[in-house]
Amino acid sequence: MASSNSLMDSLFQRSLEDLIKGLRLGESTFISRSLEEIRREIKLTDLSTKSVALQKLSYLAALHGVDMAWAAFHAVEVVSSSRFAHKRIGYHAIAQSFSDQTPVMLLITNQLRKDLNSSNEHEVSLALECLARIGTDDLARDLTSEVFTLLGSSKALVRKKAIGVVLRVFDKYPDAVKVCFKRLVENLESSDPQLLSAVVGVFCELTAKDPRSYLPLAPEFYKILVDSRNNWVLIKVLKIFAKLASIEPRLAKKVADPVCEHMRKQNVGKSLLFECIRTVFSSLSDQETALKLAVAKIREFLVDDDPNLKYLGLHALSIVAPKHLWAVLENKEAVVKAMSDEDPNVKLEALHLLMAMVNEDNVTEISRILMNYALKSDPLFCNEIICSVLLPCSRNSYEIIVDFDWYLSLLGEMARVPHCQRGKEIEHQLIDIGTRVKDARLELVRVSRALLIDPALLGNQFLYPILSAAAWASGEYVEFSKSPYEIAEALLQPRTCLLPDSIRAIYIHSAFKVLVFSLGAYFSAQQPTSPPLAQESTSSGHSMVNGFTYNSISSLVNMIELGLCSLSGTIDVEVQERAKNILGFIGMIKHEIAEKATSQNSETEGHRAIAFMEDVFSEELGPVSSTAQEKVPLPEGLELNENLEGLQEICREVLEPMAESDYSSDKVSFSVAKLRIRDQEEASSSLPPPLESSSLLAEHRKRHGLYYLSSQKSEDHNDREGNDNNTSNEYPPANEISVDSFKPKKKISKPRPVVVKLDEGDEPKRKPDASSSNDESLSRAIQTALMGKGKGKEKEKEIVKENHEMNVDTENIEQSSRREKKNKKNGERSSKRSSRRQRGKEASVTKPVEVPDLLL
Amino acid sequence: MSEISFWSNLSLQIRFILLQNRQGKTRLAKYYVPLEESEKHKVEYEVHRLVVNRDSKFTNFVEFRTHKVIYRRYAGLFFSLCVDITDNELAYLECIHLFVEILDHFFSNVCELDLVFNFHKVYLILDEFILAGELQETSKRAIIERMSELEKLE
Repeated sequence: MASSNSLMDSLFQRSLEDLIKGLRLGESTFISRSLEEIRREIKLTDLSTKSVALQKLSYLAALHGVDMAWAAFHAVEVVSSSRFAHKRIGYHAIAQSFSDQTPVMLLITNQLRKDLNSSNEHEVSLALECLARIGTDDLARDLTSEVFTLLGSSKALVRKKAIGVVLRVFDKYPDAVKVCFKRLVENLESSDPQLLSAVVGVFCELTAKDPRSYLPLAPEFYKILVDSRNNWVLIKVLKIFAKLASIEPRLAKKVADPVCEHMRKQNVGKSLLFECIRTVFSSLSDQETALKLAVAKIREFLVDDDPNLKYLGLHALSIVAPKHLWAVLENKEAVVKAMSDEDPNVKLEALHLLMAMVNEDNVTEISRILMNYALKSDPLFCNEIICSVLLPCSRNSYEIIVDFDWYLSLLGEMARVPHCQRGKEIEHQLIDIGTRVKDARLELVRVSRALLIDPALLGNQFLYPILSAAAWASGEYVEFSKSPYEIAEALLQPRTCLLPDSIRAIYIHSAFKVLVFSLGAYFSAQQPTSPPLAQESTSSGHSMVNGFTYNSISSLVNMIELGLCSLSGTIDVEVQERAKNILGFIGMIKHEIAEKATSQNSETEGHRAIAFMEDVFSEELGPVSSTAQEKVPLPEGLELNENLEGLQEICREVLEPMAESDYSSDKVSFSVAKLRIRDQEEASSSLPPPLESSSLLAEHRKRHGLYYLSSQKSEDHNDREGNDNNTSNEYPPANEISVDSFKPKKKISKPRPVVVKLDEGDEPKRKPDASSSNDESLSRAIQTALMGKGKGKEKEKEIVKENHEMNVDTENIEQSSRREKKNKKNGERSSKRSSRRQRGKEASVTKPVEVPDLLL
Repeated sequence: MSEISFWSNLSLQIRFILLQNRQGKTRLAKYYVPLEESEKHKVEYEVHRLVVNRDSKFTNFVEFRTHKVIYRRYAGLFFSLCVDITDNELAYLECIHLFVEILDHFFSNVCELDLVFNFHKVYLILDEFILAGELQETSKRAIIERMSELEKLE
C-alpha cells in the first residue's frame, strides 16, 4: 500500500472519506502517516486544502486520541474563510480543541464578533455554538453586546441559541447580567415552546445555583406551569419550583394544586409524572393532598414490569422516607421483593429503603434477614448490606439497639462473613461500645475471645482491624474474661506473625495487661485480708480469677516469656520495644512469684512494681467529646494576649494552605503539631538562661496550654490540677431518662443498658469555606436587575448604591482573577472551585428578596 | 481525582455523549466539559465497561463517579449520556431515542458504518440538538428541516 500510492499522495489530497477507509484497513502506522500528510497540507495557503486537512485532524482527534492543539492557529485561518463549509469545519475544530490555555484564543474574538453580526443566520448560529463551548472570561466580556442584540433577534432559531449561550456568558462574566437579563426574562413570555424550553432551561441552571435571587420571577414560572403543554418545559419548571419552594414555603402551597392537576391527567407522560412525584416528595411534602396523590402514583411505578420504573419508584420512596416513613411502610412488600431482583441498582435502592424502615422493634429481625442475603450475595452487595446495617444501628449512639449482647454477637458474625471488607467500621463500633456501654463488656470480651482464638482469621487481611479491636478489648476488659491464660495464649500464638506490626504491637500490649491483671489477682489472693480487687466486677462468671495457683501463674508467665523471646529481635521498633518491656518486667517479678509461695512480704520491689502497673491500667478509658477542650476552664493568672504576635506568623504560614481545601482533621493535627514544634523551639530560645530547660517547657505549656494537644491520658491526670471537674463534664450523667421511661416489651427481658452519650454530637465541627466574590456579585446583579424592573420606585437609591458596590466588586473580581491566574496550575481554579461548593451558603449571605404579593 | 470536582461546578445538564460499540470502540464522543486526552480515554473506557456488562433487563441508569450515565443499546451501539445526579432519567432516555430517530431518518435505516463515514454530519445534528450541554431542540421535524437547510449551503 505504501509505495504504489506515493505518486497519488503528492498529487491529490486524501479526503476525509479516504482517511476513514484507510483507517479501517490498518491502524497505527496509517495514523502517523496521515498525521504527517495533514501537517504538510494544513500549512498550505489554499483554504480548501487546509480545511480538509483540519477536518481529517478533527476526526483523528475525536476518535483516535490524536492531539490537535498544535493546529489552533490554522483553525483560526480556516474560520476566516467566507465559505460556509470552511467556517463550519473551522468552528467545529475550535469547539473541539480550544481551551482556556490556547494561546491564539485572542485571535478569534474579532472573527466571532463578525460572525455574530452577520446577516446569515447560519453563520450566526455557528458562532454561537462555538462561543457556548469555549467561552472564556474575555470572550464573554467582549461579546456581551452582540449576544444582547441576538437575544432580541427576529429569527427564533438565533434567539434560541443566544439564550443557550447566555448561561455560559453569565457564568464567566457576571456583569453581563446588567445588559442581558431583561431580554432573557422577556423571553419567558414567548409562546414558542422551543424558545421557552431554552429559557426555562437557563433559569433551571441558574436557580440551582442560587434560588433566592430568582424568587421574584415566580409568577412567570407559575404561568408556565399552568399553561404549558410541553413535557420538557414542564419538567424544567418543576425543577425550578422544587428549588424555590424549599426556601419559600408559601410558594409550596400555591404550586401544589397545578402539580396535582398534572399528576391526575389521563395520558401524562411517565417522565413528567415522575418529575411531579419527585418535586412533591422533595419540596412539597408538607402539602397533604399532593403527598397522598404522589404516594398513590408511586405505587404504580413500583409494580410495573419495566425495571426503569421500578427503580425510579424505589428511588423516589427513598427521597420521602426520612419525613414520611408511612409511605415506605405501605409498600413494604414491593421493597422486599426488589431485594431479590437481579439488577444491582434495584437491589441497592431496596436495601437503603429497608434500613430506613428499621427501628427498635424490628432491628433484630431485619438484620437477620439481611445477613442471610449477605451470605448469598456477591462481595460487592454483601459489603453494601453490612455497611447499611452498621450505619443505622450506630446512629445517635446506638439509639435503636436495646439488646447489646445480641448486637455484639452480630458484629462478631459479620467478621466471619467470607466477603466482609468492612473491618474498619466494625472495629470502631466494637471499641466504641466497649467504652460506652459498661454492661456489654462481658459479651464484648466473649465475642473478642472467639475471634482471637481462631487461627484461620489471622490469614484474612480484611479482618485485621477487627482483630485489633478484639485484642484491645480483651486486654482492656480482661477482668471479665473467664480464662486470661487462654486470652494471652491466643494473643501470642505463632500465627500472629501474619499480622502487620502495628496490630502486633496492640496484641502484645494487651497480653501485658492480661499479665498485670493476673499477677494482681494472684498476689491479692495470697492475702486473705486484702480488700476485694478494684477491678473485680459483680458478674457471675468470675470466680475463676481467684483461682490462680502458683502453678498456673508461673505457667502463664513462662508462656508469655516464651512467646515474646522470639520478638525481642524483630525489626519493627514498636514490637521490639514492647516485647522487651514486658520481658524486662517479667524478669523483675519472676523470682517474686517463686518467693511468694513461701513468704508474705509485700514490700519487695517486685511487688511494688506490680502494684504500680496495676494502678496504671486501673483508670478507665472513655469517650471524649469533641467540645471537651473548650470546656477546660482557664486557669487563674493565664494571660491570653501575651506572645500572640509570634504565633500569628506561624499560624499564617501553617494555616493558609488549608483555606483552599476541605477542612480535614488530619491537616489540623499536622499543622498544630508543627505549631507545637515551633513553640517549643521558640520557648527554648526566648526565655532567659538561668531557668532549666525542662521547666522552660513546663512554663511555656502553662502559658500556652490551650494550644497544646494532650497526647496521653496519664499526662493529663498528672499535670493539671484543675482537671478533675473536667472528667465529670465529659461524662455527663448517662441516659437515665431513657432507662426510666423504657417499658419492657413482652419479648425483651433485660432493660436496656446505660449508654454513655456526650452532650453534643461526636462529629468534628466543620469550618465554613471562604465565599467567592464572583458568585455573590452575580446574585447581587440579578437582584438589582429584577428590582430595577420597576417593582418599586424607592429602590432607585438602592440600585445606585448597588451599582457602586458592583463596580467595586468588578474591580475585586478583576483583582482576584488576576491573582488567581497567577496561582493557576494546569488550568485548575482552586479557590473558586471550593467556594462554589458553598453556593447554598451564599444565598443566605445576600439580602432577603421580597416575594411579590400577587402570588400570596 | 481533580476532574470530578471540576465537573460538578459547571452548570451543565449534559456532561458528555458517547456512542460506543460492543467492542469498546468510540464512534462518537462529544464532551461539554474540558478534559485532557488521557482523561477522555479513561472516561470512555470506564463508561464502556459499565454499560457493556449490564443485562438488557436491568435499568438504563447507572451511577458514574459523582454523576449518572443514562444509556441505551441500539443494535450494536451503546448511546450513553452523562448527566447530573438530579436530572430526570426518563426525559433523557427519550432524548436518546429522539436522537436515534433523527439519525435513522437522516441516513435511512442508519447503521454503524453510516455513522463512521459521516461523522461530521452526525456532529452537525448533535449540535442542533444540544447546545452547551443543554437540550435546545426537542422537535424532530425542526431539526430535520434545519439539517436540510444546512445541506443546501454546502
